[in-house]
Amino acid sequence: MPDGAEEFRKMQHALDVPCLKPGAMEGVQPFKAKPEHQEKVGMPGELIPDWKEKALEKMAELGEKNRAFKVYLDTCVKCGACTDKCHYFLGTGDPKNMPVARQDLLRSVYRRYFTFAGKYFPWLVGARDLTEDVLEEWYSYYHQCSECRRCSVFCPYGIDTAEITMAAREILDTVGVGQKYSNEIIGKVKEVGNNLGLNPKALRATLEDLEEDLEEDTGLAVRLPLDEKGADILLITPSADFFAEPHIDGLLGYAKVFHEAGVSWTISSYASEAANFGLFIGSYENMREISLRIRKAAEDLGVKRIVFGECGHAWRVAYSFLDTLAGPFDFLDQKYPIPQHILEFTWDEIQKGTLKFDKSKNDDIRLTYHDSCNVARASRMGDMPGGQFEIPRNVIKAVCNNYFDMDPDTIKESTLCCGGGGGLLTDDLMDLRIKGSSPRMTALQDVTEEHGVTHMAAICAICKTQFSKVMPKFGYEMDSVVSVHQLVSNAIILTGSNDGESAEEETSDE
Amino acid sequence: MAYDVNGTTVEHDEEGYITTLSDWTKELAGVIATAEEIDMNEEHWAVVNFLREYYEEYQIAPAVRVLIKSIKKSMGPEIGNNKYMYELFPYGPAKQACKIAGLPKPTGCV
Repeated sequence: MPDGAEEFRKMQHALDVPCLKPGAMEGVQPFKAKPEHQEKVGMPGELIPDWKEKALEKMAELGEKNRAFKVYLDTCVKCGACTDKCHYFLGTGDPKNMPVARQDLLRSVYRRYFTFAGKYFPWLVGARDLTEDVLEEWYSYYHQCSECRRCSVFCPYGIDTAEITMAAREILDTVGVGQKYSNEIIGKVKEVGNNLGLNPKALRATLEDLEEDLEEDTGLAVRLPLDEKGADILLITPSADFFAEPHIDGLLGYAKVFHEAGVSWTISSYASEAANFGLFIGSYENMREISLRIRKAAEDLGVKRIVFGECGHAWRVAYSFLDTLAGPFDFLDQKYPIPQHILEFTWDEIQKGTLKFDKSKNDDIRLTYHDSCNVARASRMGDMPGGQFEIPRNVIKAVCNNYFDMDPDTIKESTLCCGGGGGLLTDDLMDLRIKGSSPRMTALQDVTEEHGVTHMAAICAICKTQFSKVMPKFGYEMDSVVSVHQLVSNAIILTGSNDGESAEEETSDE
Repeated sequence: MAYDVNGTTVEHDEEGYITTLSDWTKELAGVIATAEEIDMNEEHWAVVNFLREYYEEYQIAPAVRVLIKSIKKSMGPEIGNNKYMYELFPYGPAKQACKIAGLPKPTGCV
């Protein structure tokens, strides 16, 4: 592989604390946004002359508007509970990747300008001046945080480093220092409707192509409808589901489930993206603008329900914030969750007995499941606590015979990040991504040794892409990461279909 | 940042994608491929040509699956499969082949 380090990082244990390597990741940072990327997210094109005043103004504004941010800055008692909870610290050994140290990069400046002690006795309270070097340090280490919130689970005060990272990124953006990867993508959503920049003509061609494949495989007209007014369900899914592997297999799975459940549904070319990178850069305005596209699509198409596909942070935004950002959704059918997750939909249908499966179709693989961070720690599924952990596992177990959980300290609310979340899924951070994935990869290697696990399922487009890139570094094939609805797609028995095997025979006879 | 094609310079971004798509020529593709440590053969060219045709029609690169289906049709299943695509383009048929074909980098969670 041409990218990143060559060797596998097999740790003794997934959560082993590394020897400290001060400065190990100093200066590591993603490409900065160009003026044209900055302008599309409503930010200055380059570092503004009065950046210091504006940065402090923004910090003051955030402290007033966002009560949690101020509380997080004020309450840390340096107990140390978070120090070994970040996958980037575990993978890099850089002490500035300890959550408390990451927070302190900003907290030290906050103290200097906004607290009595810091104004008059900065040396006593670890307060420091805001300088250009500090900005650079922020840019580097706040782009070594995937906003996964694992550390917040272990903080006795519930301090959420992700909020501080988002605030830091917003302050940076406000003074003209943005990240190319995230900001270019947000610009594409605003211009074209999705992260990829997939225009309606290309999207339609892709969906038609996939419909042909589905018909060839099943003998049935399983549809992938686009912009169909009057459909009951609007599917909002990450655009990676139209482009990348194994994401597309998940999309085919949703289509088969909708088909067998007998519901009418559609994709929208206007809101052809579930992802909302406004969250990653801490920008309420951008998050809102992207969310409003979903509302507009739902109104224009006259749907009754909105269902989200497999995308981690999209589900956080949808579940926790969509109503605030783009509600009220009083025009939708109130009998159903607004919005609903595709796994909730599929699990409901399984419970109703609508869907039948041949689990043996997945017998060639042995599965584990990676809880995606934003689903695990920032949302829920179903109507009971922990539904976001149980429903994906219930669906997997309904379609697979061989399922094994990883180390309990690395799953569910304690799940490890894939290493590529929060706007870090960019090639220029590949070394960080590999190092940050090593705790998860070690937990995976453990279940491979104990139970012969061959594949890992995920329900997030970022996780899927990240794992397909890093798994080869740890001794797995790139297709060892699978979509949950890919497993559903493999096992589902569609009424009236020529069964999978005969379809395969027909294909091989060609 | 620029490629040198027989004395002519062609600008590219931090990651090696050319900034003006109309600058692309076959010679340039060869230069980019060399920078990527890829020795272009007939199979590489089949991929690059398909990408460019698709882009001309749709202004975006095709899904990997669409690319593979087309290569499978034109060159057979031994070449038209995911594994072989990664042998041809170790950093992935989407990104690396697009770079050589002079197309913009696919963005997003891909």
